[in-house]
Amino acid sequence: MELLNSIKKTTGGEAKLAQVVTEIKVEATKEIKSVANKIKLGHVHLSGCTGCLVSMADNNLGLIKILDDYADLVYGLTLADVRHIPEMDVALVEGSVCLQDHESVEDIKETRRKSKIVVALGSCSSYGNITRFSRGGQHNQPQHESFLPIGDLIDVDIYIPGCPPSPELIRNVAVMAYLLLEGNEDQKALAGKYLKPLMDLAKRGTTGCFCDLMSDVINQGLCMGCGTCAASCPVRAITMEFGKPQGERDLCIKCGSCYGACPRSFFNFDVISEFEDISEIIAGALK
Amino acid sequence: MIEDPYLGKYITCVSARSTDKEILKKAQDGGIATTLMVYALEQGIIDGTIVAGEGDRPWEPRPFVAMSREDILKARGTKYSISPQISWLKEATRSFGLDKVGVTGVCCQMQAVRKAQLYPINMRDVPGKVAFTVGLFCMENFPYKSLQTIVEDHAAQSLNSVKRMDIGKGKFWVYTERGNVTSLPIKATHKYEQPGCHVCLDYVSNLADISTGSVGSPDGWSTVFIRTKKGNEIWSKAVAAGLFETKPIEDVKPGLDLVTKLAKEKIDKNRKTVEERKTFGVNKALRDPYA
Repeated sequence: MELLNSIKKTTGGEAKLAQVVTEIKVEATKEIKSVANKIKLGHVHLSGCTGCLVSMADNNLGLIKILDDYADLVYGLTLADVRHIPEMDVALVEGSVCLQDHESVEDIKETRRKSKIVVALGSCSSYGNITRFSRGGQHNQPQHESFLPIGDLIDVDIYIPGCPPSPELIRNVAVMAYLLLEGNEDQKALAGKYLKPLMDLAKRGTTGCFCDLMSDVINQGLCMGCGTCAASCPVRAITMEFGKPQGERDLCIKCGSCYGACPRSFFNFDVISEFEDISEIIAGALK
Repeated sequence: MIEDPYLGKYITCVSARSTDKEILKKAQDGGIATTLMVYALEQGIIDGTIVAGEGDRPWEPRPFVAMSREDILKARGTKYSISPQISWLKEATRSFGLDKVGVTGVCCQMQAVRKAQLYPINMRDVPGKVAFTVGLFCMENFPYKSLQTIVEDHAAQSLNSVKRMDIGKGKFWVYTERGNVTSLPIKATHKYEQPGCHVCLDYVSNLADISTGSVGSPDGWSTVFIRTKKGNEIWSKAVAAGLFETKPIEDVKPGLDLVTKLAKEKIDKNRKTVEERKTFGVNKALRDPYA
């Protein structure tokens, strides 16, 4: 709230959020001539199914707009013809790290060394997800047995949980990362506030599970039975019994989505209460 | 745009009642939520809406996706128990194939919808497909067994025989089909509330497009907050179409003062609870969901 008020103030009194949006657009137009302040974005593919990348592509014209005006894709196995991990502003890492795959281990370390912001894109990267269930023994690399979320090997700045992560969240983080790195003071502040809960998730840990709902929401006396967790579960392991979540623990793939989605895991009033204006800013930035 | 620390942001506030006799017959108060959702459906603003219908047991709510006037009408009236509305939010865009989803629900559920829109964690397609939300005023909610205890043990009525329940004038009211009216002090019900309600910092669904509840308006009428641009557009059209009688909130008794008073009571009390959680144990805090 205060944040947006400060935007309003610095842009001259009344509701001038539209102006911020216009400014973003003006900056964007400038960049068509000089790409100097586009950010460098990379997609690092470790042990994942490419579903996260597909999800990113499912932003359709939004992705084209991001790549046109806000970010250069400097690395991406399937989309950019670059062999070695370059310097990046934002690295989106998909998949967990296979400890027996020397190159993966080197890649994730190099990604950390060369990136300003490392984003764990999707649940394998954030929490291990389905790769937690690997026991190795498969052709043609039977020794590839141990998979860890990237946070167990490097410091991670931002989590985007989800299996797959929703295109809209990837879009929001991309726009906010751009504002954080290239925006004016107010835009930086807004982006910082927006990204903070996702940074807190990254600090919280590398395991995700239905049990997080038990230990950090229900056992803590915070669950009010809204049903968000059940909606967010990609494998329908959560049902609502007498108004409370019941997890089928054998079905849980440990993606951590339910906890991240729960309104009682994090809820930043100063950002979410401004949903109308922020949605407009994001939509405006992608027009 | 008015910004109130307890009532949230809103464009206007009025007292209103539906003009639809069929809806009013079973509505809790002014029939606002039902009438708005039926209107939105008929105008193509939404393709369907998540409402609280009837569950397996008497007075047990169960959320479902309503796609016709008939279905929406099944959800008339307040059921004082937990209905996990948001559990259908993503499915509404999938197996139900809705492009424009309506959601009715209480304060925390409106918060859940807005979080899902801004931080859509595994909520693909949800942000762009939430078309219209109507929030209800909510002081607290009861698990089903609590409701059973209140009605069957305290009010000594069988849940099967109950026609209507209501909270007002400091009491929990139970009306039976055969005309019995029992009430108990609302204070006696406090211990049966679900714990999650005690950290809730919203009373009048601050994050809905339109929010409504009985408090502040005379019997049979509802207080209505019009909050967002979208809400304002839909409300104006619905009023112009003659779906509501309205009165300025300043002209009705008990009016906005009572809404503010109750909102302040709830939110201040719960802020204190959130604060107390920080020193709950010995050098150990309970988790702060807003940190």
